[in-house]
Amino acid sequence: MASDLQKTTVAVILIASFLAYSSFLYMFLPIKSYATSNDCIEGKKIWQNYNCAACHQVYGLGGYLGPDLTNIYSKRGPQYIQAFISNGTNVMPNFHLSNNEQENLIAYFKNIDSSGKSDPKTFFVHNNGTIEQ
Amino acid sequence: MEPLNNKQLSTPKLYLLTGLILLAVGLLFGISGAIQYLVPDYLKEHFSFEKIRPLHVTSILFWIILGSTGGVVSYLQQYNNQKIKYPFLLKIQYFIFSTTILAILIAYIFGFFGGREYWEFPPILALPIAIGWILFIINFISSVKTFRNQPVYIWMWMTGLVFFLFTFIESYLWIFPYFKNNIINDMTIQWKSAGSMVGAWNMLIYGSSIFLMEKISSNKKHGHSIVAFALYFTGLFNLLFNWGHHIYTLPTYQYIKHISYAVSMTEIILFSRIIWLWKDAVTTAKKHFHYAAYRFLLAADLWIFLTLLLAILMSIPAINIYTHGTHITVAHAMGSTIGINSFLLLAICFDILHDTCIPIAVNIKWLNRGYWITNISLFIFWISLIIAGILKAKWQMSASPEPFSVMMLQLRPFFGIFFIAGTIMTIGFYLILYPLIKNQIVCYINQSKIK
Repeated sequence: MASDLQKTTVAVILIASFLAYSSFLYMFLPIKSYATSNDCIEGKKIWQNYNCAACHQVYGLGGYLGPDLTNIYSKRGPQYIQAFISNGTNVMPNFHLSNNEQENLIAYFKNIDSSGKSDPKTFFVHNNGTIEQ
Repeated sequence: MEPLNNKQLSTPKLYLLTGLILLAVGLLFGISGAIQYLVPDYLKEHFSFEKIRPLHVTSILFWIILGSTGGVVSYLQQYNNQKIKYPFLLKIQYFIFSTTILAILIAYIFGFFGGREYWEFPPILALPIAIGWILFIINFISSVKTFRNQPVYIWMWMTGLVFFLFTFIESYLWIFPYFKNNIINDMTIQWKSAGSMVGAWNMLIYGSSIFLMEKISSNKKHGHSIVAFALYFTGLFNLLFNWGHHIYTLPTYQYIKHISYAVSMTEIILFSRIIWLWKDAVTTAKKHFHYAAYRFLLAADLWIFLTLLLAILMSIPAINIYTHGTHITVAHAMGSTIGINSFLLLAICFDILHDTCIPIAVNIKWLNRGYWITNISLFIFWISLIIAGILKAKWQMSASPEPFSVMMLQLRPFFGIFFIAGTIMTIGFYLILYPLIKNQIVCYINQSKIK
């Protein structure tokens, strides 16, 4: 049987490492510059308020009923996106967004698009099982 | 004052009962969601998928949270052989949780969202949940008193309680512009918290399962053994550091991914132990199979094996780029929440809720049917998701993929199987839930009449 001291030591080391790791990550976030336009911030609000992530993914995370929208802006362009948003589809309802709301949402898609590529084909697989884009 | 063990509907039992009702409701929402994969315009205008999915997810999440709470409190009382320190705090916590859950479900129906994965409700409703959880931690620490020479499940419960609160608060860092305004920063922290939070509630459930296993086998040594603590620390190590496997494809720090990959591979230790103890598990199963609670522990064992195998494979980045964003991830999530969490919680419910004025044995025939129907249909459900996931992975990797809608049409036969298996599984669950819920309510009404 391990002693309380041994168990506590292991727990303290693990938790202290976790807190250090978390603090480091909070202080040094992956992207240093976070200046974002107001349109984009409003667009993100709309994305969340209409719970778009229930059906759509960004970087493969989210729902499965609709397509991943990470790079929809560069793939299809703003007019295509606007057509979908303003009319809905046989799966997606028309949320009756105002023109301003549609523009904000498109600004958000543009911002996501500029953050990177989500296409799994763009990754290179190393022999040790790691991947790189 | 409520006695410790009796046929009354005590507060911990009320947590379990409410959790079971949420499970029953969550399954119905799940079926409604599955229909929309087959008939996309079904209920589209008034009850579309962005409402159905959070109703399903939240009901099931709170089944897990309320079930875990009821299990931990009941077993802590049994372990200490005395009531929890502050029963009134437990009641206040119940009142806070139940009213908040109701408010969340109503918010979804009327289309008010916070729009974050798992916690899709408006962020203001997170506040009462955090307050309720703090009351739980106060009650737990006051009731345990000392952490000297405690069995592994006390460590697991404490870990689960503290890290659930930590990760829950962390999941709301997005409200600050510093975290929110860049999608990569936001998603990195979001999945850091979400990944660890699953480990936190697993600690609560697995701790209670170990307590239950000791109770059934009358072997009190296991909870103090080196092996039990070695497995606990492996679990804790993964809870703290393996969350990065959710975001291998996100352009975030590479070191997050490397740490997660290395840490996730230690789960092979847990996997190997299951295989190593397989023969013993079969022998024990034959001995205890007549206990309803044990049966669910056994079913969860099989699902831990399948889900852990899938989890280990998905934690290898080279495989993850194929499975990520596909229904293989859904299969993993469903295998974990139904096959492991729900079955373990049902084992706990059968152990705690069998103590009513009507014996569970009266319903044993239907219970048996429900058990087998649920397990077999869950397996078909799981396989259909994996096949759908493989086909989507093939589509994602195709040099010239067809439109998304065409791919979804090709997956439709598997969504059909998924829907049918899900519906049959729900029927199986209802056969299991019926005696548990009905007995509690009937006995409670009878007691009220006597009073």
